[in-house]
Amino acid sequence: MAQLTLAKALTNGLRAAMEADPKVLIMGEDVGKLGGVFRVTDGLQKDFGEDRVIDTPLAESGILGTAVGLAIRGYRPVCEIQFDGFVYPAYDQIVSQVAKLHFRSQGKLPMPIVIRIPFGGGIGAVEHHSESPEAQFAHTAGLKVVAVSNPVDGYFMIQQAIASDDPVVFFEPKRRYWEKAELDETTAPPPLHSSRVVREGTDVTVLAYGPMVKTALEAALAAAEEGRSLEVIDLRTLSPLDMGPVTESVRKTGRAVVVHEAVVNLGMGAEVAARITESCFYELEAPVMRVGGFDTPYPPSRVEEEYLPNLDRVLDAVDRSLGY
Amino acid sequence: MSDPALATVFEPSEDGDDPELVQLLTPEGERREHADYSCDLDDEAIRGFYRDLVLTRRIDTEATALQRQGELGIWAACLGQEAAQVGSARAMLPQDFAFPTYREHGVAWCRGVDPLYLLGLFRGVDQGGWDPRETGFGLYTIVIGAQTLHATGYAMGLQRDGVVGSGDETKDAAVIAYFGDGATSQGDVNEAFIWASVFNAPVVFFCQNNQWAISEPIERQTRIPLYQRALGFGFPGVRVDGNDVLACYAVTQAALRRAREGSGPTFVEAYTYRMGAHTTSDDPTRYRLNDELDRWKAKDPIARVKAYLDTSKAADDDFFDGVARESDEIATHVRDGCLSMPDPSVLSIFDHVYAEQTPELAEQKEQYAAYLSSFEGAH
Ligand SMILES: Cc1ncc(C[n+]2csc(CCOP(=O)(O)OP(=O)(O)O)c2C)c(N)n1
Repeated sequence: MAQLTLAKALTNGLRAAMEADPKVLIMGEDVGKLGGVFRVTDGLQKDFGEDRVIDTPLAESGILGTAVGLAIRGYRPVCEIQFDGFVYPAYDQIVSQVAKLHFRSQGKLPMPIVIRIPFGGGIGAVEHHSESPEAQFAHTAGLKVVAVSNPVDGYFMIQQAIASDDPVVFFEPKRRYWEKAELDETTAPPPLHSSRVVREGTDVTVLAYGPMVKTALEAALAAAEEGRSLEVIDLRTLSPLDMGPVTESVRKTGRAVVVHEAVVNLGMGAEVAARITESCFYELEAPVMRVGGFDTPYPPSRVEEEYLPNLDRVLDAVDRSLGY
Repeated sequence: MSDPALATVFEPSEDGDDPELVQLLTPEGERREHADYSCDLDDEAIRGFYRDLVLTRRIDTEATALQRQGELGIWAACLGQEAAQVGSARAMLPQDFAFPTYREHGVAWCRGVDPLYLLGLFRGVDQGGWDPRETGFGLYTIVIGAQTLHATGYAMGLQRDGVVGSGDETKDAAVIAYFGDGATSQGDVNEAFIWASVFNAPVVFFCQNNQWAISEPIERQTRIPLYQRALGFGFPGVRVDGNDVLACYAVTQAALRRAREGSGPTFVEAYTYRMGAHTTSDDPTRYRLNDELDRWKAKDPIARVKAYLDTSKAADDDFFDGVARESDEIATHVRDGCLSMPDPSVLSIFDHVYAEQTPELAEQKEQYAAYLSSFEGAH
């Protein structure tokens, strides 16, 4: 079995989707000859041609707006937004058009559009290249939102997202693009909109997605050395949320910590905490803790290591939870 | 799908006699006349341009080297575009205001911004430390095209302040918006054209067409020469040899004058070339050919000024030695300053989110400070 990076697993997943369905198109800035700034679409234009892998003019609203038209015509566009902070010129098309057309047409116009967004920080970038805008999309009815954390999910989830008749905002943790894992392409993947226990434990449930899953797993390792058993759940899907495994876990541990890079205020953690409170009120031993970005713009990169949630901050929240 | 022959539609003719391209100094360093534009500058001013060009390039190459050594996160080089930047920026008056992209290091230099501020941004120490109002040089804008609307709005402010077309040359002011060829596809830029046009705003849209938007060639953004688009928006467009500092100066000066007088916007397409990678993260060998680069090397913006100064004997060895010395000094300033730049305190990120600090954020700062101090002595 081959060891693949997340970036390469995504490339392979895109390739498989394009082979399976001639209606799948890729569009975005620099996705063709260059293969994208992260090389996720590397080689695809060469193999599938310029009609199917489209280097677009430099205009995100144009990318999403034309994707809507292509979808109405029966295509399945996979749009790449080069960096998280550049999705906003397309925000109007995404929120007001992509998200609503199925509803408005009473099902006559499905929007099978995938919007790939490399997100999150930790790569020493300048501003607008390290943001985590997932909650802004999860807050929008009509959009589905997922975040991958590892190459295996990358390979399968991109294909599932493309196969979905709903628009899927697909978040890729850019600082994990080069992380490797073994990929068996023949295994049957779990459903796209499912969360998963990635490490079993008994004392505290740690919930994460995207780049923070690795951080949560590292925290669990460190905690284990101190005799604390953390259960780690990779949420994988942010809208809809899959609360089944979460509820089950928190009923067992009585404690939950949600971790994300995005700012805490009205972030995914707020929704998850509310739902846990609703479903596990009597089992909870402590309030649900949230670890995330501070309520500031993403800071200059020389301080991003201190800004981003890390192992210590996760463990600190675990301690506070256990302290109740 | 792309039509290779199309490229020729965009290019000025190679013999230098293209009436559509304003050129006042040939790549060989010969002065030329143009029916509509002339450069009224004496040799002293041209020596000044030479100095600006050389120092800009030195700052730029030093920054690229510092990035290679891990001292900057990334750097967007202006290599090859120095004449477009210096020529246009030197046409500005102190009361004018420039809205740059992330590549306008030569403009920053001319506006008196210490290059260390630029390095600070790319090092990740801050997001632009200079004072835009004091320097007349806005913060770098990375979101493509956004600043063109800011420029237009600022220009509308000038109109309301009575400093457009008042006839008082010490007060009348204009704005210059910098952007790339790729940016011309953005909605914001097209909206800026419309606003500037219908409000007759005193703004010069200065587009450096460096032929590339990362890996995408100009044909992916337009099917007519960019300067011709201006007509459709209702204001004049002019194409200038972007590697000719004299022509860039003359054309921008005329456009800024027009704006200050109250005659509205102008679009300037500075036809130039991005000699380096898009940024230090980019690998242009994946998408463009070396012979293109070689062709543009022959049109280098600095070499032609040097050739002119040499052949016309407008500068002697002392002058060139002096500039070389200054260039070494600025390189040392940039390097030493970069290496000794202090990192910000993470606690400072809470301080300028709002003009009026919120109790919530003040509390977050306090809590994080307490958390950080809990580690003190722990290691
Ligand atoms: C809204 C937005 N989308 C995408 C990007 C990523 N990006 C940075 S520079 C660039 C190309 C810009 O090309 P051009 O406008 O020609 O300017 P140049 O960099 O060549 O000076 C792109 C796509 C961005 N910064 N902002």
